[in-house]
Amino acid sequence: MTHKRKDLQTATGHRALDHKEPLIFELGTAETTGVDFSEPEPFEAELGGLERSEAMGLAGLSEPETVRHFTRLSRKNYAIDMGFFPLGSCTMKHNPRLNEKIARIAGLTDVHPLQPFSTIQGSLKVMAEVARWLGVLTGMPAIALSPKAGAHGELCGLMAIRAALEDAGDARTTVLVPESAHGTNPATAALCGYGVKTIPANDHGRVDVAALAEALKENIAALMLTNPNTCGLFENDILKIAEMVHDAGAYFYCDGANFNAIMGRVRPGDLGIDAMHLNLHKTFSTPHGGGGPGSGPVAFSKALMPFIPLPNVISINGRFALQELGVEGEQSIGRMAAFHGQMGMFLRALSYMMSHGADGLRQVSEDAVLSANYILESLKDVMTASYEGPCMHEALFDDRFMKDSGVTTLDLAKALIDEGFHPMTVYFPLVVHGAMLIEPTETESKASLDVFIGSMRSLAESIASGDVERFTSSPHLAPVGRLDETTAARNPILRWRAREQG
Amino acid sequence: MGMIKFSEDHEWIHSEDGIATVGITDFAQKALGDVVFVELPELGANVAKGDDIAVVESVKAASEVYAPVSGEIVAVNSALEDDPALVNRSPQDDGWFFKIKLADEGELEDLLDEDAYDAFAKDQA
Repeated sequence: MTHKRKDLQTATGHRALDHKEPLIFELGTAETTGVDFSEPEPFEAELGGLERSEAMGLAGLSEPETVRHFTRLSRKNYAIDMGFFPLGSCTMKHNPRLNEKIARIAGLTDVHPLQPFSTIQGSLKVMAEVARWLGVLTGMPAIALSPKAGAHGELCGLMAIRAALEDAGDARTTVLVPESAHGTNPATAALCGYGVKTIPANDHGRVDVAALAEALKENIAALMLTNPNTCGLFENDILKIAEMVHDAGAYFYCDGANFNAIMGRVRPGDLGIDAMHLNLHKTFSTPHGGGGPGSGPVAFSKALMPFIPLPNVISINGRFALQELGVEGEQSIGRMAAFHGQMGMFLRALSYMMSHGADGLRQVSEDAVLSANYILESLKDVMTASYEGPCMHEALFDDRFMKDSGVTTLDLAKALIDEGFHPMTVYFPLVVHGAMLIEPTETESKASLDVFIGSMRSLAESIASGDVERFTSSPHLAPVGRLDETTAARNPILRWRAREQG
Repeated sequence: MGMIKFSEDHEWIHSEDGIATVGITDFAQKALGDVVFVELPELGANVAKGDDIAVVESVKAASEVYAPVSGEIVAVNSALEDDPALVNRSPQDDGWFFKIKLADEGELEDLLDEDAYDAFAKDQA
């Protein structure tokens, strides 16, 4: 029987086929080059004295050296295609390969937005279909497809709300944002020129309705609510909240980042919401998190319809076109982007919606909620759940179970890397202490969830048994160990420089 | 001498001769963890009680710092810009944030005294 020598040192520093990877600047030098260019003919510079006077200092590597460097780096990456990725409020779900096939159909890729409409009828129909599906799922009458990401969608929604209020004579001054909202919400309000007032959460992790009632004054432009909220809970009072907001003459914005919990079960339009973005890159399975661009279409209520951005797909006598200019009597906020939005994401999202069908999309949200509740129930005897279940699509724990153990939420997240998982979202939402927000999505099988639950239970047992050092210095098995985040944030080195000679 | 008071937003307020020096409490710096960045209010700005006028950012979170009293900002601790760790090392002394010239000394009466704050913080721990 053979045995493995864990402490074996290699001459190269590599661990078998997993190479220790230097920075590209350390790999090559500026004195070498992988490509031969002829010396340029003498020429007159036309840069008005702004010519570069120093060498750029780029590492001169050959093509195979360059390819190997980046391929080796990519192998150290971790992605949803490699394993469980329970990053809360990010909906890291599987990107079906069917979507990729559809998005690569030549007739849909080899086109340009400035082509005559008669030559891109198929592409325009795809956009019209995406808008139609999103309209059915939200129960809202107008869909703006062009926003490029969730926060861009928020901006689009708030710009429409501001336009509607200005049209009525008073833009008002303040937007209300509950404590449990996504961090982008107050940023969006500020970018739109509004002050932000925070509404506290109650003991059940939901909006404190009494505090909301007190804050809803004549200067309030809108409430920005995330539902389900970042505690993974449905806002039970949402119908009452919508009525209160409207009675105050304000608009109701909903952050749709957590739509994966309610898709096919609840129509936001029925809840009294005036504007809500949908993250195609979360709920509708298009790649994100370094894997692809976002896409954040916005659904609007009837009250905000006159203000939606351009361009929009319209159909005239069965032929599709993009409406590029405003219509007399309507007050569009104008363009959110140069063109019509993320076509590649529309194709993937439509592929996802059509391949699932209405019943399939409903099952998606049911399975996502079931998975999260399975995690909540399976771990609440060894960790501390912040709120009584059942939860929606994400399970929230806090650090009370580690109190006085010497192990923090950050340490536990790092230890989870050793276990082979991307850590969950930590220290968010802020309303609970040392938060751990776990979102499994519908992607994971029960077997996969059981492996994760087993790991978390064993880590919780290690904490209880007092093995603190395992956590405070983790990760031990990753290519790099515990990084000094404090020094990195206090004294960031943003540019590589050659070390001084001698 | 002066008088030291505390707010429910975990700030300490040391007032003397109509000037209030404000910082965050030891409890607050412990909860935040290593502070990596501090944004201070503008000198000369007029602030109202409850306005968010400064930001303190740690490895865990970014938090707002509120004006515990109304008045004019008459000094800011620019040492925090180069050395935000002062907030962790000396939260209730060298790590002060700003000084406010009090518009209404009566507002100090709404703040907590040390015993009341300690009880409040203990309840939050």
